[in-house]
Amino acid sequence: MSTSSKYPPRGTPEREQLVERLRDRAKFVRLETVRLTRIAGAGHYTSTFSAAELFAALYYAELRYRPDEPDWPDRDRFVLSKGHAAIGLYPVLADVGFFDGALLDDYTRLDSSFGDHPDMRKIDGIDFSSGSLGHGLSVSVGMALGARVQGRPFRVYCMMGDGELAEGQIWEAAMAARQFELGALVGIVDRNHLSIDGDTESVMGVEPLAARFESFGWKVFQIDGHDLDEILDVFDALETAAVGPPQVVIADTVKGRGVRRMEGDREWHVGNLQGTDYDDVIAEIECGLQPLAAGGADG
Amino acid sequence: MADTTAQQISDTFRGTARGIEARTIPAFVAGEELADLADSDPRIVVLTADLAHANRTIDFAARHPERFFNVGVAEQNMVSIAAGLASTGLVPFAATFAAYLALLACEQIRTDCAYTGMPVRLLAHHSGMSLGYYGTSHHALEDLGIMRSIAELTVVCAADANELRAILRRSLDRPGPMYIRLGRGRDADVYPDVPALEIGKAIRLREGGDLTIIATGSEVRASLDAAEGLAADGVEARVVDMHTVDPLDRDEVLAAAEETGAILTVEEHNVTGGLGSAVAETLADAGARATLRRHGIHDVHVVLGPPAALYNRYRLDAVGVEAVAREVIGSHG
Repeated sequence: MSTSSKYPPRGTPEREQLVERLRDRAKFVRLETVRLTRIAGAGHYTSTFSAAELFAALYYAELRYRPDEPDWPDRDRFVLSKGHAAIGLYPVLADVGFFDGALLDDYTRLDSSFGDHPDMRKIDGIDFSSGSLGHGLSVSVGMALGARVQGRPFRVYCMMGDGELAEGQIWEAAMAARQFELGALVGIVDRNHLSIDGDTESVMGVEPLAARFESFGWKVFQIDGHDLDEILDVFDALETAAVGPPQVVIADTVKGRGVRRMEGDREWHVGNLQGTDYDDVIAEIECGLQPLAAGGADG
Repeated sequence: MADTTAQQISDTFRGTARGIEARTIPAFVAGEELADLADSDPRIVVLTADLAHANRTIDFAARHPERFFNVGVAEQNMVSIAAGLASTGLVPFAATFAAYLALLACEQIRTDCAYTGMPVRLLAHHSGMSLGYYGTSHHALEDLGIMRSIAELTVVCAADANELRAILRRSLDRPGPMYIRLGRGRDADVYPDVPALEIGKAIRLREGGDLTIIATGSEVRASLDAAEGLAADGVEARVVDMHTVDPLDRDEVLAAAEETGAILTVEEHNVTGGLGSAVAETLADAGARATLRRHGIHDVHVVLGPPAALYNRYRLDAVGVEAVAREVIGSHG
């Protein structure tokens, strides 16, 4: 554990205030995802819902950046290797001030800067383009090496999906991160248990995931990825030395979390809510996270 | 004894063991040249994939160890890492066999380097069939076609060590990624000194009015020698070093059509998709009238053999190019 805490300790009013703020922003991520999906006509609801709390904690607490100076050389980098969750990231970037949120009203329309996958050349705040799975961790290794070569203090956070871990390049990057002792690199696995065709363990198993990363020389943390206190705690617990083992947070999540009909249902990987369903889902998200359905979402 | 064996292997590889004359052997200069450039340019970093000795990037590593990264046998990882480095303001040079850059890491080049506009320089060495009897797994006879079809990627071929030096120097202030195609590091000299090279502007090496030979990379020297052979019979061939295949020097191609009426393209590459295709497209788009012959490998996986023997078999040595040029003159005349 690190010696100093970045965040107020649990049980204090300051902490509760922070968590409440993040909870509200996670709700915002879900609501915007539903709104933007309607503009596009289809979208990745569930891959975004599983990452909503992580997005909120990263952008409203953990990452250091300057919205009025998007190319600030010392900013922390965030690489969304699971680029299909960009629909949940764009509203956050607008909300913190990288660009005018009204630009999102044309999401995916002809000539929009905002597509299903993020483009760094078109969008301030996107540190690297993504969409092709398996690349982001390698890019993040390069960024962390870039920090070292130039003596810059920034850290690199890379969010991967669990289905994405079947890409061999991820493990090439995992080897390199350890070889180069990239302590400034933080992997985050959105372990939502589902890839497009079903449960990851039935399609292409990733378990024992923690042991796999450990065997590659990484320091591994495992948390409930919807519990904001656990997310803040793990960010506090990360080692801060730039030279050392790379670190990965395996965030156990539920694909589609926050909308009961979508929780753990592979059919919603890409979808489009119609008619009153749309209004019902908005209302459900407004109520905040409810206990999972009996039997759990993903078994 | 060990030295003798190594020499024998080396001779066999070059073709000299069978009495085929070896080309002169300038050392691979990329590592040394980049180390010199890096002395005054802090943006330069170099990566390789377990080939530091083969491509001499070890010469860079010796002088700038903190700016050198060997990623092991992981070419896709290397290209994406290079893109990440570039995103922080550095200019990475990533070196490995052309086959594994252009084919294995093709999608990383497209998506992480070209789509993003990252100034990654891909040093694709041992291109064409220069790895001889290593076989098709190690050959890159498709790389120009693949790389040329990627948007916003500059594609350049070095004919020799000095041209490589020029390309490396000019690359430093060029935006976006570059695919830099190299031979085996044993290519015969074309340029006695580092040429004044401009990316996208061909170099006319020899004047002539009967035919224009447009060559790139390893075939520039063979084409110059072929032109000398033709001259002995009074045929004057213009020889153009088309070092930049994308963007192609359109003006030079159209000038060749108009002023010499016949064009022979020569490349150590499949005739589909490479330099010959680029020249053909340029002529067709412009409605230019000229005899055109595309010379290279004609859509086959080449046979096994030492490199020199392969150049001979596929008429990509000076004698072969000269013979093909005579066919063109014959059909054109």
